[in-house]
Amino acid sequence: MEFKDYYKLLGVERAATADDIKSAYRKLARKYHPDVSKEPGAEARFKEIGEAYEVLQDPEKRAAYDQLGNRWRAGQEFTPPPDWAAGFEFTPGGASAAEATDYSDFFSTLFGNFSRHSASTRAHGEDHHAKIFIALEDAFHGGTTTITLRSPQVNAQGQVVLRERSLNIHIPKGIREGQHIRLTRQGAPGANGMPAGDLYLEICFHPHSLYQVQGRDLSLSLPLAPWEAALGATVKAPTPTGVVEVKIPPGSQSGRKLRLKGRGIPGEPAGDLYLVLEVVLPRADTEQAQQIYHTMARDLAFNPRHSLGV
Amino acid sequence: MDMENEILTGSVIGDEGVLALEELARACGAEAQWIIELVAVGVLAPQGRETSDWRFRSADLTCARRVARLQRDFGATIEAAAVMIDLLDEIEQLRARLKQAGLDVD
Repeated sequence: MEFKDYYKLLGVERAATADDIKSAYRKLARKYHPDVSKEPGAEARFKEIGEAYEVLQDPEKRAAYDQLGNRWRAGQEFTPPPDWAAGFEFTPGGASAAEATDYSDFFSTLFGNFSRHSASTRAHGEDHHAKIFIALEDAFHGGTTTITLRSPQVNAQGQVVLRERSLNIHIPKGIREGQHIRLTRQGAPGANGMPAGDLYLEICFHPHSLYQVQGRDLSLSLPLAPWEAALGATVKAPTPTGVVEVKIPPGSQSGRKLRLKGRGIPGEPAGDLYLVLEVVLPRADTEQAQQIYHTMARDLAFNPRHSLGV
Repeated sequence: MDMENEILTGSVIGDEGVLALEELARACGAEAQWIIELVAVGVLAPQGRETSDWRFRSADLTCARRVARLQRDFGATIEAAAVMIDLLDEIEQLRARLKQAGLDVD
């Protein structure tokens, strides 16, 4: 397990006041908060910051952490001293951003068995949340996916430890990004025989190589030869449920959208699939091809900049 | 029974209101009164007239949890968080339109 330097993570001195710590945390939160930040890796960074704040904003946890002294460096292999936290009594609950499942092994080892007591005072188990990434195809055909969750559980010694568990989950046909699957009684266990909480899974799609997703609709960029666009044609186009033939109206330009009704994500109503036409020019890399372009240049009297007035 | 091979089927929270007030509050780890305030400031718009008939959809769950995080992590009031939510939604829509236009900003 790696040692974490919580002071360094928040960029404050070891002598920092509670106000310094709060202000440093707020500044970093503004930068890395996953709800407002587009920085790459913001979410992982924010979890670290949240964990550091969780410890340093709490006088008891901070005092215990400080007891470890200056001997450790960030990233160094760490085992807690045998007398760790002797004489400390941690108050349950925390003020920070990190959810229990987000804490590092380092945090869980030091504070894990003190951090979740608030849950046990509530009758009903807490609801848990997780994001799952599924293939777009699963929304078309339904499917199953396996997720691994880390969740706090009470062990035989009465300590709360993070345990990994795998769940196989049925993905119903027609599910869309941003929707949730609710699994009852798969959240935190309830206290004193009360029911467990629920587990909410937020659906995200893996990016698809062909289709862009907007709600229930999909869009696909469909390349066309100039003569297909100009003269009209029947061409093949992929859809998530198989290849279809599409009529291209004569005189189509790049950017024109053709709607294939009901070919989007299934449902009541089903979404649509938009084909965004994209005219692709054949290369003029043979004499014959060049000849054809020369002929067009000579015979077509075409000024593509007419609308610019030049 | 081999738990590893069991396939769990959940219920879908989608565009139709299904979550009752207490259920949404619990999912957010919050009190029902806090949800009622979110409805009062217009952050959430449940189906149903009476509080006891309120039903919330998937977008409400996402939004309420977001407000909870913004309040917790920035000490924002509900009103300030509501403004942040509106702006964040607008940015998301603009980004989606840029992406559609082939102008990725990332």
